[in-house]
Amino acid sequence: MAKLPKPEQLSKVEYKLPGKRWMNTPVEFKEGMYCNGTRPDYLETVDFPNPRKWAPSDEDWKLPENWKEIVLNGMKERLEKYRSFRLFMDICVRCGACADKCQFYLGTGDPKNMPVLRAELMRSVYRRYFTASGKMLGKLAGGRELTLDVLKEWWYYFYQCSECRRCSVFCPYGIDQAEITMIGREILNLLGLNTDWIAGPVANCYMKGNHLGLEPHTIKSNFEFMVDDIEEITGIKVEPSFNRKGAEILFVAPSGDMFGDPGTFTCMGYMMLFHELGLDYTWSTFASEGGNFGSFTSMEMGKRLNYKIYAEAKRLGVKWIIGGECGHMWRVVNQYMDTWNGPADFLEVPVSPITGTRFENAKSTKMVHIAEFTADLIKHGKLKLDPSRNDHLKVTFHDSCNTSRGMGILDEPRYIIKNVCNHFYEMPEDTIREKTFCCGSGSGLNAAENMELRMRGGFPRANAVKYVQQTHGVNMLANICAIDRAALPTLMNYWVPGVDVAGLHELVGNALVMKGEKERTQDLRLEDLPEKEGAENV
Amino acid sequence: MGFEFNGKFYETDDDGYLTNLDDWNQEVANYIAQQEGIEMTESHWEVVNFLRDYYSEYKIAPMIKILIKEMKKMFGPEKGNNAYLYQLYPAGPALQACKIAGLPKPTGCV
Repeated sequence: MAKLPKPEQLSKVEYKLPGKRWMNTPVEFKEGMYCNGTRPDYLETVDFPNPRKWAPSDEDWKLPENWKEIVLNGMKERLEKYRSFRLFMDICVRCGACADKCQFYLGTGDPKNMPVLRAELMRSVYRRYFTASGKMLGKLAGGRELTLDVLKEWWYYFYQCSECRRCSVFCPYGIDQAEITMIGREILNLLGLNTDWIAGPVANCYMKGNHLGLEPHTIKSNFEFMVDDIEEITGIKVEPSFNRKGAEILFVAPSGDMFGDPGTFTCMGYMMLFHELGLDYTWSTFASEGGNFGSFTSMEMGKRLNYKIYAEAKRLGVKWIIGGECGHMWRVVNQYMDTWNGPADFLEVPVSPITGTRFENAKSTKMVHIAEFTADLIKHGKLKLDPSRNDHLKVTFHDSCNTSRGMGILDEPRYIIKNVCNHFYEMPEDTIREKTFCCGSGSGLNAAENMELRMRGGFPRANAVKYVQQTHGVNMLANICAIDRAALPTLMNYWVPGVDVAGLHELVGNALVMKGEKERTQDLRLEDLPEKEGAENV
Repeated sequence: MGFEFNGKFYETDDDGYLTNLDDWNQEVANYIAQQEGIEMTESHWEVVNFLRDYYSEYKIAPMIKILIKEMKKMFGPEKGNNAYLYQLYPAGPALQACKIAGLPKPTGCV
């Protein structure tokens, strides 16, 4: 594996104009900047084409002989199917407003990571093969031949984009670069050109219900550990149920919350909250994944994985669904589910059994984000909270790309944090809410072998965290996404040591005063709470 | 990818993890450990054996905190803690010990 340079070296990014025009600059595969190619069995599991052993660094990618025809047909089909794709191929005026908004450009200085140029990698091929001027004038009209080098360039740069959509916020035309990357990856998948880190979770989710491949007894065993920890902390035995027919609500979380720290602390927070409410809910070991690595692969694969959640809701006979703290789950639910698998007519419009609030915004998907659910509880005064239990934390909030730009969950998490923590500080305004920077590892880029890319892409986010660390002593980076919880600890250790990472409901779990609980001396990480000074915050 | 050992070719992924679980045996574990700069002692084997037992039951490598909790149960608090495990496996018990135990590394949001 490539050795990761030190932060002092990595932070020296050169933004200089290349000597040659971009079309004459062939792609160079730099170690540490790309993921491993997918193993064949992962593709076989979901009936994807061209499963074989290959490595991106190989000269020969073992493509079918007619690969060019497959790519061009794939483009043609999608240009006809998705008006958005054709529009985004046509309308860019190359104004450059997006250029310095991408954290991968900011972190690498590689012009092909400017969103405008990343899209141009595909637009140039579009012009050459699908527009009259490009067919006739070729390069003069901005067209270029589709060659193997061009294909490799697509692969390299479409897997250096985290589909975060920050650039689209600044684009005067609203061009959604993520959709271009998504189509790009979808076309690459026609040739079996996925990464191991994405194809593995997809195959696992398809066969076992979640990205990690946790089997039902593994999930239960892990929950037993978490339940024991909750009992040790609160003296209360929570009793989560699994696959329970007739429950009112199905709860679906990202599987990272069931199996990796600090996600498990968030998971404990969910369970404590639901227990305290006496909520009639169930977990599922079949729909045991909120996230959707399928959506990093192709629309069709995203649809197949999303469908499992609804099939399970139907099988269990629940009324509606609450979804946990996950990013891509919500991009899919909020923006694609309804056309893929909706409307979910067999479910009811979600109504909180505690407050009576009817979630009109979820009337088609029947799925409510837990931040909406919890903010509503707090607003109605239904939770007893002791924010002083989070007094050892100085918290800032990282908006996940998908929940902020993909569904507008901006105020709910902040409202919750302000109610469960006494010390909350925002990062600079150009780095939060709709303009949030990506963690640098989204859209399935959170592997180990591309660590340099991740640290470079996460640099702008880390920089903003460093600012609040220096100005306010921030030591906790809260978020509502499992990729964040997996990726940000590494990013913080690298750029901003001393800042830890927590899901929102871990903070809720710390502050939640439960009926019959013993006096809390530990937080959800089983770490001792600092001695309380006075009682003014209680 | 892969390596030759005792006249046999062992296939691995790009990071050196054995592709086939059944290829694993004590000798090959010792060999992988050597490549990682680790000399296997009884203490190292306790961890590797636990990992393999856990894997055979749950089909995934355990979370570190489960490893710690179980080590504590089996061998007492002086072995059931993070510092001890890092002392044995400086590159991290999750990655290094799993590699020596012949287990695949988990993928997804972890």
